[in-house]
Amino acid sequence: MSQFAINLIFVGGSFLLYIGIAIWAKAGSTKDFYVAGGGVHPITNGAAIGADWMSAASFISMAGLIAAGGYANSTFLMGWTGGYVLLAMLLAPYLRKFGKFTVPEFIGDRFYSKNARLVAVICLIVASVTYVIGQMAGAGVAFSRFLEVDSTLGLIIAAVVVFMYAVMGGMKGITYTQVAQYCVLIVAYTIPAVFISLQLTGNPLPPLGLFSTHVDSGLPILDKLNQVIMDLGFNSYTADIDNKLNMVLFTLTLMIGTAGLPHVIIRFFTVPKVADARWSAGWALVFIALLYLTAPAVASMARLNLMTTIYPDGTSAAPIQYDERPQWIREWEVTGLIQYTDKNEDGRIQLYNDVPSFEQEADRRGWEGNELVVNRDILVLANPEIANLPGWVIGLIAAGGLAAALSTAAGLLLAISSAVSHDLIKGSINPNISEKGELLAARISMAVAIVVATYLGANPPGFAAQVVALAFGIAAASLFPTLMMGIFSKRVNNKGAVAGMLAGLAFTLSYIFVYKGWLFIPGTNNLPDTPENWVMGISPLSIGAVGAVVNFAVAFIVSNATEEPPVEIQELVESVRYPRGSGQAQDH
Amino acid sequence: MSAGHSYDAVAYWKANLRLIFGSLIVWALVSYGFAILLRPMLAGIPIGGTDLGFWFAQQGSILTFIALIFHYAWRMNKIDEKFGVHEE
Repeated sequence: MSQFAINLIFVGGSFLLYIGIAIWAKAGSTKDFYVAGGGVHPITNGAAIGADWMSAASFISMAGLIAAGGYANSTFLMGWTGGYVLLAMLLAPYLRKFGKFTVPEFIGDRFYSKNARLVAVICLIVASVTYVIGQMAGAGVAFSRFLEVDSTLGLIIAAVVVFMYAVMGGMKGITYTQVAQYCVLIVAYTIPAVFISLQLTGNPLPPLGLFSTHVDSGLPILDKLNQVIMDLGFNSYTADIDNKLNMVLFTLTLMIGTAGLPHVIIRFFTVPKVADARWSAGWALVFIALLYLTAPAVASMARLNLMTTIYPDGTSAAPIQYDERPQWIREWEVTGLIQYTDKNEDGRIQLYNDVPSFEQEADRRGWEGNELVVNRDILVLANPEIANLPGWVIGLIAAGGLAAALSTAAGLLLAISSAVSHDLIKGSINPNISEKGELLAARISMAVAIVVATYLGANPPGFAAQVVALAFGIAAASLFPTLMMGIFSKRVNNKGAVAGMLAGLAFTLSYIFVYKGWLFIPGTNNLPDTPENWVMGISPLSIGAVGAVVNFAVAFIVSNATEEPPVEIQELVESVRYPRGSGQAQDH
Repeated sequence: MSAGHSYDAVAYWKANLRLIFGSLIVWALVSYGFAILLRPMLAGIPIGGTDLGFWFAQQGSILTFIALIFHYAWRMNKIDEKFGVHEE
């Protein structure tokens, strides 16, 4: 059977499964649509959060980032998991007790202010839309590589599938498809990793393999990797770095950004009890950790595999002839994600780090520049081919990458549509809308959101890669601090909350725009985006954590200078702190 | 529906804050501490070709986070019951 047929069976089979679930889990009420009826088991919810959270970025890009950056990019591992500790202790149980449907609704009620709710809606929509573009674009790449269809056509197929289960089933349909998608993506991610770990270290568990001995050389695998890449002029994989302030702030921005992302928070509204919200944060992190503990092993092993493919006789011997390159390089060359230029016209592939410190060595060997450019995003997708694994593993990776992208896209689309139908339409424009009318409005806004996301995924704006940083910056600087103060302080009032959100947001956006261009328009940046120009070495990607501090400070100062919140608001804060009575608070 | 004042609400909330505070110290210690700022101090402890700080950065902190959340959920259930604010 051809590889194409195998891929088609895996991807097609998984899509049929999702559609089957959609037909089974149809939403009958707004409560079904927004919070899956509120009766999801904490372990089920944990798996759904896992799929909701682990996007194309986690599945496809993260191992490539770690492979390229080594120790320095451990920030992604800690940052994208540490936020669950904050969710479990600082937000999820209390927001579940509050028992409403959306994040802006809590902010609007707690700070008794339509403006606060509106600012929260805008933050939510900007953060979620930027995020969803990346998911749709990721789905497009997976389609074009594995199903050999045009990526726009692939995107439309993906959009139709999401449309079926998200519009029909709402949160209920999304929850159960996400559980199925979690299973597909985790199996797809771990199976190739187990094979590769076995091949390289003899240890079937990748997280243990990472710290084991490399079978061929007898060295620890990380030592072997360091040796190979440093011979070719690359930086050490495991060495410590100098700019620790930036590393701390970037990790912190990812952590509090994770805790403030609405599509994750609303998943905690689906469990029956406050205690379940705490447990499901733990289960979510267990399910996420299965992938996040495997990723660093995949990163180092795949990088070593790539190097030994190009230099089969060691780094001091000549690299392989271009004509003898393996099949997977030929296939990825077609997509443009691997590019070869024979700069010194010797017919071989010189892969090395073309930096001044390596110039002498390159001259000695007659190399005239690095000749192979490998896009780091292909690392996970090409992993089974690099390791010569059977065809069905490749089909599985295709289905897994799509599951990761689609499950996150669906969660984001639900967050967007509920903000529009519940916070904007029912909350401001037409408060007297009937239950049936609101459900219809939710479905229509979901459909519109899918069309917009598909269009933007097919024609991604040039700044698409930049705006993911924006999503975390916004969630960290605006939503997280405001939610936290709403629960942990009775003194912060409407004026303080609005001033704090706007100050945190303005500070964070300005710092990003100074380096990245105002509204990301090229050429409008005031300073070049290089480490020498950053204030105290803080990158624009790491500024969200500082923005959060600004938000807290402004909110406290303004609140203390103005009147106390009304008694009924202080009672509301009291009531979210105590779990008893969570059941009845579900409906309006 | 005020949360009712039949139980010691202040003591309950203090117990929660204490538990959160302790948990977040551990949370910060393993990630910002061992994995980043204190890594040079752990450089002498070798583990599989690198040092303990690298292990915390790529695995140890994640495992600690899981333990922290389950510990918090388990302790809070006990505290909920002790103060009589648990759900039926």
